[in-house]
Amino acid sequence: MSDTNGNNQSNRNLNRVPGSRAGGRPMGGGPMGGGHMGMGEKAKDFKGTMKKLMGYLQPFLAAISSVIILAVGSSIFSIAGPKILGKATTKIFEGLVSKVSGAPGAGVDFTYIENISLLLLGLYVVSALFSFIQGYIISGVAQKVSFNLRKDISEKINRLPLKYFDTKTHGEVLSRVTNDVDTVSQTLNQSMSQIITSVVTIIGVLVMMFSISWIMTLAALLILPISMVLTAFVIKNSQKYFKQQQAFLGQVNGHVEEIFGGHLIMKAFNGEKKAVEEFDGLNDKLYHSAWKSQFLSGMMMPIMVFIGNLGFVMVSILGGWLAIKKTIEVGDILSFIQYVRQFTQPIAQVAQISNIIQSTAAAAERVFEFLEEEEEVADRDNPVNTQNIKGEVLFKDVHFGYHPDKIVINDLNAIVKPGQRIAIVGPTGAGKTTIVKLLMRFYDINSGGIFIDGNDIRRFKRNELRSVFGMVLQDTWLFHGTIMENIRYGRLGASDEEVKNAAKAAYAHPFIKTLPHGYGMELNEEATNISQGQKQLLTIARAILADPKILILDEATSSVDTRTEVLIQKAMENLMRGRTSFIIAHRLSTIRDADLILVMKEGDIVEQGKHEELLAANGFYASLYRSQFEMSEVS
Amino acid sequence: MLKLIKYLKPFTLTVLAIVMLLFIQAICDLSLPDYTSNIVNVGIQQGGIENAVPQAIRKSEMDKIRFFMSQADQTKVLEHYTLLDRDSMSNNMYEENVKDYPKLSEEPIYKLNVSEKSKISELNTIMGKPILIISEMEKNGMGSIDPAKIPAPQIEAVKKIANDKFAQMPESMITQAAVSYVRKEYGILGLNTDKIQTNYILYSGAVMLLIALLSMASTVVVSFLGARVAAGLSKKLRENVFRKVVSFSSSEFDKFSTASLITRSTNDIQQIQMMMVMLLRIVFYAPILGTGGVIKVLSSDYSMGWIIAVAVAAILALVIVLFSVAIPKFKMIQKLVDRLNLVTREILSGILVIRAFNTQKHEEKKFEAANWDLTKTNLFVSRIMSLMMPMMMLIMNGITLLIVWVGAHQVDQGAMQVGNMMAFIQYAMQIIIAFLMISMVSIMLPRATVSAERIGEVLDAEISVKDAERLNHFGLNQKGYVEFKNVSFRYPGAEEDVLSGISFTAKPGQTTAFIGSTGSGKTTLINLIPRFYDATGGEILVDGTDIKTVSQQELREKIGYVPQKAILFSGTIKSNLKYGVEDAAESELNKAAVIAQAIDFIRSKDEGFGANISQGGANVSGGQKQRLSIARALVKKPEIFIFDDSFSALDFKTEAALRKALKAETTDSTILVVAQRISTIMNADQIIVLDEGKIVGKGKHQELMENCEVYQQIALSQLSKEELA
Repeated sequence: MSDTNGNNQSNRNLNRVPGSRAGGRPMGGGPMGGGHMGMGEKAKDFKGTMKKLMGYLQPFLAAISSVIILAVGSSIFSIAGPKILGKATTKIFEGLVSKVSGAPGAGVDFTYIENISLLLLGLYVVSALFSFIQGYIISGVAQKVSFNLRKDISEKINRLPLKYFDTKTHGEVLSRVTNDVDTVSQTLNQSMSQIITSVVTIIGVLVMMFSISWIMTLAALLILPISMVLTAFVIKNSQKYFKQQQAFLGQVNGHVEEIFGGHLIMKAFNGEKKAVEEFDGLNDKLYHSAWKSQFLSGMMMPIMVFIGNLGFVMVSILGGWLAIKKTIEVGDILSFIQYVRQFTQPIAQVAQISNIIQSTAAAAERVFEFLEEEEEVADRDNPVNTQNIKGEVLFKDVHFGYHPDKIVINDLNAIVKPGQRIAIVGPTGAGKTTIVKLLMRFYDINSGGIFIDGNDIRRFKRNELRSVFGMVLQDTWLFHGTIMENIRYGRLGASDEEVKNAAKAAYAHPFIKTLPHGYGMELNEEATNISQGQKQLLTIARAILADPKILILDEATSSVDTRTEVLIQKAMENLMRGRTSFIIAHRLSTIRDADLILVMKEGDIVEQGKHEELLAANGFYASLYRSQFEMSEVS
Repeated sequence: MLKLIKYLKPFTLTVLAIVMLLFIQAICDLSLPDYTSNIVNVGIQQGGIENAVPQAIRKSEMDKIRFFMSQADQTKVLEHYTLLDRDSMSNNMYEENVKDYPKLSEEPIYKLNVSEKSKISELNTIMGKPILIISEMEKNGMGSIDPAKIPAPQIEAVKKIANDKFAQMPESMITQAAVSYVRKEYGILGLNTDKIQTNYILYSGAVMLLIALLSMASTVVVSFLGARVAAGLSKKLRENVFRKVVSFSSSEFDKFSTASLITRSTNDIQQIQMMMVMLLRIVFYAPILGTGGVIKVLSSDYSMGWIIAVAVAAILALVIVLFSVAIPKFKMIQKLVDRLNLVTREILSGILVIRAFNTQKHEEKKFEAANWDLTKTNLFVSRIMSLMMPMMMLIMNGITLLIVWVGAHQVDQGAMQVGNMMAFIQYAMQIIIAFLMISMVSIMLPRATVSAERIGEVLDAEISVKDAERLNHFGLNQKGYVEFKNVSFRYPGAEEDVLSGISFTAKPGQTTAFIGSTGSGKTTLINLIPRFYDATGGEILVDGTDIKTVSQQELREKIGYVPQKAILFSGTIKSNLKYGVEDAAESELNKAAVIAQAIDFIRSKDEGFGANISQGGANVSGGQKQRLSIARALVKKPEIFIFDDSFSALDFKTEAALRKALKAETTDSTILVVAQRISTIMNADQIIVLDEGKIVGKGKHQELMENCEVYQQIALSQLSKEELA
């Protein structure tokens, strides 16, 4: 007889913002149910998305069916409660009346009450049990589905061509893994059983109400349109202001980020006043939309409660009148009142659910879109073996563009003999790293061909081709883990001894020994607990461990401390010995020692040859080279 | 938490109003069950008749009843009734009354002449029992007997029997029984009893709706005021935090970290706003409602208060047990989500390396482990939580049953009416819900408290770089002299100086360059000049004046600063270039852009100088950003230029051209350059070589090549011997 129909009360955090971190765990939720029903996002292909989602639910069909049955059972039992309790009340009432009227032996029929109480207790326990088991099962389904979704996403990342990541930020992909999957999971977890319980409750309550009195039921139903109109009004307006609030919040946050991030400039240029003025303007706008949004969403509750009370009075009046006419009993009125109270909540929920489903579909659609992105071209059948590769590389008429309409490499031709050292030079943006990415088939060229030992690289298996290469990039990629693990990354099967030998060859061993825990030292998340130079030594060690046939080195532009710099050069020297090496060179010494210099300009190799030859040619390279000295003269 | 209370001061009145309104709301919410109970008790069960005091009664019946009263009671009763007799009243009056009571035409009638509750209640006590005796007699076929004709002893006997019989009967029961007599009497008087009932229900219903309306109105107003207070407070806090942070020096930025400061002024304040709403609408309301409920229950005195205690204890036990299990897991989930994010971010940022080393499977395994850990914990929490609602419902339903069960006995003994029992159930639920709200909120509050503390830390932070109390001004006869006198610097909390014994002079028209490996203190050194930090030892003079004695604004007016990492603000190219000098002319912007080698790409844009710059300058390349950042400093035409490794994103050629133009344009300015590339600074008038925070060499390139080992090492690592020659 409680007036909160709790089995479908939701703590769902409805006002999560797309792109926000998935911090809003189940305990979030707006105060007093003043949520903002979704964000009004809509999926482009609702039906298709739902179908795909169903695909993920397929393995759990049995579990889901049992959830439906349990939810139905649980709500039926909880609906039956008031009716039966009403009977007990009637009995007490009758007992009282007969006692008052002084009938002999009259009084409340306690055996009857006792039976009913026990029956009810049983019902409540079973209902609670059903509801719990249902929740237990659905949690499992929801979590496993999100586990699978996340797993598929992570595997997908590795199959996507690198091209994909040129246009998408890491944040976007991350938000698929966390936010979007989370939204789907929460909906499965809470909304699915909510939909079932709400629908069953509405139907069940309607049936019960009709079974008591159709007149009263019709009267109670009269409230619906009123409440719908009011709810729709409030939701519409509160959403409007909520969106506004989010927009202004975004602006304020943007300004804060910008000013805090650029505080040095703000200070250096005496921009404090300007910053504060702009902030105040934005803050004021935010304030106005914030309180309006908050206020409107807070109106929902009182209005719904009032409508509930309105229904109660209507039912009481009608009930009283019908009781006079002796059409219904007092207990019936009581149960009816309970039903009316149970009625309004699921209706409000069903109204919200459509919004929730919409935003879930939108989230799911983003996940599926990602999963359906075009993957790397499959490896050819009968791939060429990479076992005995000597390291001869031939570029023949290579054309490439990140976008087909924007070719960055035009007709590249070059021959590299095994063991040669090739320096790639040119101004920034000339396409130096692009060549490297093409060599390793991170991107496929548009036309022409790249050949290794005479075989088109597209005829190798991608994995095997890449293991031919070793790569040391300027942007050292180290992960959260021990130093040992980070070096071993070059060859996962390597023994501790092999790792240490590689570190020795890379001149990294001495400094590793001085670190706390030595090889066991954990690098932190941004690997800031070792210096830039040390990081580079580690990646060189990693490449040494991998023992590749062909090397790709990206020389550091930013100088590390002088002592480490010397080590790095020595280590690189070690690494390059006997291997075909491509060096994206910044240091003139490296360039001068190269067997072949590829001079790049706007995507083309404009000149190639040895240092002296190129200087003698007096072309682009010569001017590049001279600018070095010219520059020294001006400062 | 408490620190923030002072920011609520402007809202004191509003908060008081909210509390008042919450009281109104609570009173309304608590009296509503009374009315629902009345509608059932009186409206439906008693046919709309509230008590045993009839509004009107035949004189003959009154006489019978009076017979069973004491003399004193009789007098009292008659005092409150007016006798209406056709013979003794005016025609007008008769017409009026006979309309209400048609029986008046046949016999005289007593009409009640008071309406005060207390009087009625008194009369109710007096009249209840006699009415009951009469109605008993009527039931036993003695209705026609005139009590006056019964012999006195017999009357006494009846009185005694009646007293015995009704002795245990509580008043409410007597009233209920008497009501049916009154109802019958009304029928005889010719009143429409059904109408009385309907009217009662309608009346009570109307009152109830009014109360509900009042309750709604006060809730809406609370919501309105609460929203304004919450949004207002967060506005105020945001404003204060922003102003404070804007006045922070780099030390404070280091201490808090920029990211953390951003979170504190955005998310944390949002948290406070959410908490305020909750505080005003739930935390304040729940105790009022709960206490009110308890008072109501206790005052109704049905000795069922213990059930409420049981209910509250059960709910609290449930919440405490569940959350003590779940809360540590909630925290863990956040960590596991972070872990999953970290793994994903690593996969994304290392995508080249992963593919180069063919370690996709390894990464997938790593991801799966993190994924599974998260799933497992999520599952556990979500299952624990799925226990919550059913248990809560079970407790509430169980309590309802308990109340009905115990209540049934009370009703049977006449200690309670059915309607009261229902009201009791509702009070019980209200109390339970109040406790539930409090316990839920108390779980969420710690999060907001953490936010409040973090905000408080910012607001209370001591600013390390402040303007002096009595400000000095720069002299007019010197322009661009920078002198370091034995300057040392130590980061707050650090054990060692990062700079020590730094002394040098930089003069106008000269270039002073700083070189050294990373961590040697170059950037720290030049950051002392615009007072991003204050030197901890020695003094820095600009134009002969200690920079600590002039205002930061005046000092910075003299400086054109170009940072390592070019920072642009959202707006246009023009707004960025004008950032230092609001009233700079077009021609000046143009000139600066030409010198900074930025003019070509600016012209290549459709909007030219009006081209948009998105937040953080994300829509221009690193090199372009750096050129604009240089141009911005040029527009300012400062006495002192500080270039902190500002050419790193430029290729050699562009850098060379830029330097040339710069050299030509800044002949009067003092130029301070931090550089990584030896070639950039080879021709500087003065090169200062730093190593571990100390000056290890000072001089021109050639001198240093001869006598400075550190400089030689740096030079050799970058250029070959011939190039250096």
